[in-house]
Amino acid sequence: MGPLNLENLQKEAIAEVLESYPEKLSKNRAKHLGVDSPEESKGACDTSRSNKQTVPGVMSQRGCAYAGSKGVVWGPVKDMIHISHGPIGCGQYSRAGRRNYYIGTTGIDTFVTMNFSTDFTEKDIVFGGDKKLKKALEEIDVLFPLNNGITIQSECPIGLIGDDIQAVAKKYKSETSKPTIAVSCEGFRGVSQSLGHHIANDMIRDEIMPDDSARKDFENTPYDVAIVGDYNIGGDAWSSRILLEEMGLRVIAQWSGDATYKEMAIAPKAKLNLLHCYRSMNYIARHMEQEFGVPWIEYNFFGPTKTTESLRKIAAMFDETVQAKTEEVIAKYTAMTDEVIAKYRPKLEGKTVMLYVGGLRPRHVIGAYEDLGMEVIGTGYEFGHGDDYKRTKEEIARSTLIYDDVNEYELEAFVKKLKPDLVASGVKEKYVFQKMGLPFRQMHSWDYSGPYHGYDAFAIFAKDMDLAMNSPVWSHTKAPWDTEEKGA
Amino acid sequence: MQNVEQIVNGQKLFLKPEYQEVLKNKKEFESNMGSVDPSKVDEISEWTKSWDYREKNLSREAITVNPAKACQPLGAVMASLGFENTMPYVHGSHGCVAYFRSYFTRHFKEPTPCVSDSMSESAAVFGGLANMKDGLRNCNAMYKPEMIAVSTTCMAEVIGDDLNAFVIGAREEAAGELDNTAITYAHTPSFVGSHITGYDNMMKGILEQLNPDVSQKVLDEERINIIPGFEPYLGSLAEVKEIAAMFGDKIVMIGDHEAQWNTGAGEYQLYSGGTSLADAKTAINAKATISLQKYSTIQTAKTIKNIWKQEYVTSNPIGLSGTDAFVMKLSELTGKPVPEELKKLRSQLVDAMQDSYPYMHGKKFAIYGDPDFLLGLVSFIVEMGGIPTHILCHNAPRKGWEDDMKKILSKSLWKDECNIWAGKDLWHLRSLLFTEPVDFLIGNVYGKELYRDTGIPLIRIGFPIFDRHHLHRYSISGYKGALNLLTWITNAVLDQLDEETKTIAQTDYFFDCVR
Repeated sequence: MGPLNLENLQKEAIAEVLESYPEKLSKNRAKHLGVDSPEESKGACDTSRSNKQTVPGVMSQRGCAYAGSKGVVWGPVKDMIHISHGPIGCGQYSRAGRRNYYIGTTGIDTFVTMNFSTDFTEKDIVFGGDKKLKKALEEIDVLFPLNNGITIQSECPIGLIGDDIQAVAKKYKSETSKPTIAVSCEGFRGVSQSLGHHIANDMIRDEIMPDDSARKDFENTPYDVAIVGDYNIGGDAWSSRILLEEMGLRVIAQWSGDATYKEMAIAPKAKLNLLHCYRSMNYIARHMEQEFGVPWIEYNFFGPTKTTESLRKIAAMFDETVQAKTEEVIAKYTAMTDEVIAKYRPKLEGKTVMLYVGGLRPRHVIGAYEDLGMEVIGTGYEFGHGDDYKRTKEEIARSTLIYDDVNEYELEAFVKKLKPDLVASGVKEKYVFQKMGLPFRQMHSWDYSGPYHGYDAFAIFAKDMDLAMNSPVWSHTKAPWDTEEKGA
Repeated sequence: MQNVEQIVNGQKLFLKPEYQEVLKNKKEFESNMGSVDPSKVDEISEWTKSWDYREKNLSREAITVNPAKACQPLGAVMASLGFENTMPYVHGSHGCVAYFRSYFTRHFKEPTPCVSDSMSESAAVFGGLANMKDGLRNCNAMYKPEMIAVSTTCMAEVIGDDLNAFVIGAREEAAGELDNTAITYAHTPSFVGSHITGYDNMMKGILEQLNPDVSQKVLDEERINIIPGFEPYLGSLAEVKEIAAMFGDKIVMIGDHEAQWNTGAGEYQLYSGGTSLADAKTAINAKATISLQKYSTIQTAKTIKNIWKQEYVTSNPIGLSGTDAFVMKLSELTGKPVPEELKKLRSQLVDAMQDSYPYMHGKKFAIYGDPDFLLGLVSFIVEMGGIPTHILCHNAPRKGWEDDMKKILSKSLWKDECNIWAGKDLWHLRSLLFTEPVDFLIGNVYGKELYRDTGIPLIRIGFPIFDRHHLHRYSISGYKGALNLLTWITNAVLDQLDEETKTIAQTDYFFDCVR
């Protein structure tokens, strides 16, 4: 398809969706949808509205502030216990679904896949839950004596019934001198997960950053770095860490996938903070810069092109020894990734992809697809802000449909119109598109595979995309007696 | 580094020596005890297996650890999806809906339609009426439902939104757009009961609001309603309908979510199957309603019995005697004899039970799940001569359930060895399994960690099951369902026997080809 045709089709897709809407809805959604391309001077990446209220009554894919704090930022910190404070559901639905890998003895010294809840009843709503919370903290310390701190993750009712969890946490901390952190991340706050990330970052700033006990005797090296904003999904941070170590750097902290309290506390000792998921952790990176003078840079470890670029960018912040080693690392792995590309690119070349994810992936994974010769023709964020869309502009390689907070109705319509060869999004969307006979990969959980960060991980990414695209199962959709083509 | 000829994912990648080195290096910066002093981890680990720990654990009052229940609106969504062309609409913040949809989708491997009206801070202050006015119209315009079934999140409940008034208000302002859409509603506060309570409240709301006043009831002697309850086994719904059809063509399942989570490849359908609204609207005219889950329909029962003045019975068709009772109830209500086909199915089941009984007989089981599921499963284990040593029901109803369970256990040869644990969670169960071990654990995916920690094999029967595929397609109800239970459990026992006897030249004399 020529570039002009693609752009026209994308514009038509938007127009058709908007036409089918009631006026108010149409007016609202028009601001979130658009087309952009590398040649465009002020396209959708610059003009799209984002981080606004979701229109009521649609099937949005967005989550809430609690999901952003408990589910994303705090939950993976492995040696702390995170209480889902409120009714039973939130903790249950978010239990062990994100694949934040960690090493530890679960239930004894690490707790990530468990679910701690104060299981509110009507009585707690009416009379308040502060006493129950205090008791919960005490019980946890008896039964889980090796925990290195407790966080309290507020669910919706907490902020509405006038509980003072900050006071409970403060008092408990002063009595026990153990980190006890109350996070007011009620689900109704803000418009998506995003505010939850911010609130969670603020609590790291207020409660962990001032704790210099682990920092006092910490012996620095000039090569210390911290990974910030990698949740170690399927082991992503581990396959990133290896590259940094081979470059001659020392990774002193990993936030927050496979993180421990100590790593959170010593991060300000790093010479440089490496920020992967900008959206969820830029706040704390900025804070560490202001408060401790630790500079930060963003990097992208999806696909060899971006990984190599990022390694050089990181190395440039260090001395020539590191830079020389980095070139060796690049050479070593590029030989392998070239083979991966030689093996898979011919099978994937020219296939089109539509993405819809959160955080950093709507832009960061574009390069990995392009390395395989696959063409991303649509992308959008569940909870991105203007700065995410601006950064997306640098990544798109052709005319691209941009959709912010896209709902299921729209995504379905766009896919039917643009007919991509692959859709890469989340579990709620997965089966919708597979029903249409379209290959699909979950790009939140790596579809139970991964890791996808780093060079070794790119081999897995390529293999997974090939598996999805070239599986024989898609050819069975059409029955031998069908005369018409089925599916999208 | 990856070998391109043999690319491995994380499972094996991180076992490579260079990654083991990375993980080892990381420990220097870590604070979890396993990195600081591993012997301390062993010590505490051992302590958690003790009676001392068990006593402390069982006396917990405030913290719930690894629950075996979810919250009300999840059940409301399932109840709503049991009706044709119905969009579940959750009034509250949208994070909840993202969770419900993911939860069901991970279990069924199917899309789950459900909308929210995305209430936020402003709604917390001013109430959610504005959200509902826009939300119902948008939902109606985009998804063209025949019915919108509104339930609530805890946020809306805490601020006290009045659904009845809101629905009326929204209709008034919709300029006629909602005139042809049924809108039913139920308050489903997450801080009361569990997901089965939400199922109950939504079912009650839908039936009350769709049906006419009792004065307009026109009795249909042949009509019988069956309410399945919170049933994650789609095959069970199919089998119950199949059995019912043998007794008459006016036995209607009310809340039939079978097809919604079982659509074929080829095209995506937003809505699939479900009880027609025409059938739902005439439920009041039936001669009787049978609820298959007594404790998932406590409130619904009140409407049927007390307001509709209709005969209401409960019958749990799991296991042999459960199915017998269900079949006899249908026979009694329809006045028809038990069909030959069912007699045959029953005899085939009993034959199979008699073939396999040595393997379940005297085996100890720990089992957890929803109240009615447990009544059915425990009944079957008792019928097979198994010992339900620990029966754990986190969302056990306050009244009646324990007595019902005791009645079932009274038939067990080992009734004094069976323990009922109402209101306990899976971390409690961990202590029970260490101090009073069993041979097999039966439950949902969350039993996986108990299996890892205790070594007791987990037989996956329950909800949710995220890590095994397609089990929900089978039936656990009726005679064929009981045969599935028998097959799964017996073969799990045999798998374990192979596992225990496979050591070459040591135990493999017992590694028999014929069992």
